[in-house]
Amino acid sequence: MNLRKTVARTPLHLAILFFVGIWFIPTLGLLITSFRDPSNVAGSGWWTVFPRLFSGGQFSLQNYVGVLRDQGLGLAFRNSLFISIPATAISTFIASFAAFGFAWMRFSGRRVLFMMVVGLMVIPLQMTFIPVLPIYSKLGLAGTFPGIWLAHTAYGLPLTTYLVHNFMAGIPKDLFDSAAIDGASPFKTFSRIVMPISVPALASVFIFQFLWIWNDLIVGLVYLGALPDVAPLTVSIANLVTNRGQDWELLTAAAFVSMALPLAVFFGLQRYFVRGILAGSVKG
Amino acid sequence: MAQVTLTGITKQFGDFTAVRDLSMEIEDGKFTVLVGPSGCGKTTTLRMVAGLEEATDGEIRIGERVVNKVPPKDRDIAMVFQNYALYPHMDVYNNMAFGLKLRKTPKAEISKRVHDAAELLGIEEKLKSKPRELSGGQRQRVAVGRAIVRNPKVFLFDEPLSNLDAKLRVQMRTELEQLHHTLQTTTIYVTHDQVEAMTLGDRIAVMKDGVIQQYASPKETYDHPTNQFVAGFIGSPAMNFLPATATIEGADILLTSPPSFAIRVPAETVPLDLPSDVLVGIRPEDLDGPVTEEENTIQTHVVVLEQLGHTLLVYGYVGDTQIVASLDPHRDVELDTVIRLSVNLRTLHAFDPETRQTLI
Repeated sequence: MNLRKTVARTPLHLAILFFVGIWFIPTLGLLITSFRDPSNVAGSGWWTVFPRLFSGGQFSLQNYVGVLRDQGLGLAFRNSLFISIPATAISTFIASFAAFGFAWMRFSGRRVLFMMVVGLMVIPLQMTFIPVLPIYSKLGLAGTFPGIWLAHTAYGLPLTTYLVHNFMAGIPKDLFDSAAIDGASPFKTFSRIVMPISVPALASVFIFQFLWIWNDLIVGLVYLGALPDVAPLTVSIANLVTNRGQDWELLTAAAFVSMALPLAVFFGLQRYFVRGILAGSVKG
Repeated sequence: MAQVTLTGITKQFGDFTAVRDLSMEIEDGKFTVLVGPSGCGKTTTLRMVAGLEEATDGEIRIGERVVNKVPPKDRDIAMVFQNYALYPHMDVYNNMAFGLKLRKTPKAEISKRVHDAAELLGIEEKLKSKPRELSGGQRQRVAVGRAIVRNPKVFLFDEPLSNLDAKLRVQMRTELEQLHHTLQTTTIYVTHDQVEAMTLGDRIAVMKDGVIQQYASPKETYDHPTNQFVAGFIGSPAMNFLPATATIEGADILLTSPPSFAIRVPAETVPLDLPSDVLVGIRPEDLDGPVTEEENTIQTHVVVLEQLGHTLLVYGYVGDTQIVASLDPHRDVELDTVIRLSVNLRTLHAFDPETRQTLI
């Protein structure tokens, strides 16, 4: 029985290993290159470090110092944080209110409105640049942080609302009936019951949205431009590719700077992906 | 405490009428059970009393107050749900205290009430636990506790025991009985289980298709069902129904279905205007035997025997109709034989096959 299970799953495991491999090997290459001397990078491949892995002298932090200080990626990193965190928080916050309303409050036009919001997901965001940019210029929002928060929130809301809605719609109806009898207003029901229960869903939506914004290039480039004061990491790295395209040791270090936070966020919050807080409220 | 009065209650969902012109009075301090098959409107009725559904028509009173337009929280009721509906992120204490906190009850008072209720239900040890750490029975106790601490005028129970396993269900049923004995709060209890209805209810309302078929004490519904539906629904195993012809013979009425049976009932105990075709209703426990005489007995071909220890269930055919008899477990009955069973005339029923109303 167990043997058959193992055999049946072997192709799946091989496929997973294959995909892990084709993602992991270049990433490892990036990581190693980013710590190597510029002269070594130019002279030999990253895999040549393995025979003398522990002999020392091969690796240094020089490239990181270079990109963070001299190339201004330190500032860009700060900008990216300053863009991603508020933009993610705002859209998750609004989405949770909207999702609750769509899932559990009765008002006319609810279905149509919800379908419109979800339908917005099919509109490519590139189509919105031309009509929206003049408005941004007139309002003085272009090139400002509030402007990009607004843009990311708007682009993110259809999907985040949809995802949170799907989770909230699955909360047992009895809980709402019970809350109504206990005397909870809709707002109290939302804040004291629905929000705490929805923490895992909100966390996963937060992570997705955060990663999307962190990795975004086009929205940042269009609404913020390349001014170092406001440009996020993605824009600065794109500039680096243009300006220092031959200096692999700098590009790889920059790539790792931009990867560091998403990795930290994922590992820090991944338990929310697996934990089902609903267990126990309703007979399982 | 208060009595609950429903007058001409109707509930429609679109074209579907879930409850039709229902009127009933639930006396102060009594335990009333709404019982019926699924879709009979019992839960809808309960939810209308709770205020979770709005009645399409009619009037609901709790005490002297008409509550049709009163939101659930102001009706002074507490409800226990089938799925417990505990708040999963709160511990037991906070689950029970939540309603009181929203009502701005002083902290010391909340603590006292929660601890009293927990003690009454035997869950003091669990006050710090989350619902997911509790067993089914404990969760149900918490749900009951949450209702008790509110000290409401009316308790509403929506099939609270149906998610528990059989043994626990019997235990919790007894606990609910004791609880009602202690608290003496007006209670409306919905179930599809007629045993629960019989054991718990001071009065039970048997419902079907949104209409109350009979509203009486458990004994009354068992002894004198108003129609065939109530007769078949109350009692386990269910009552046997056998088509027969009624004829007047001297001072007696003869109910016959040759060659299986001929039952002679003294005419003074039954109305004389019986239609010629009737459905004879006999409870399994009102059959006895096997016997040899032919008068007032039923002949049946035994197809299944179920020895339950305290009773022997004999399934057989009378013509095309299957019947079941509940006999003394020591009786000697052979499978695939034809036997005669005597009928208890004092508990014999007869129904009109057209209107399904009770004749005898």
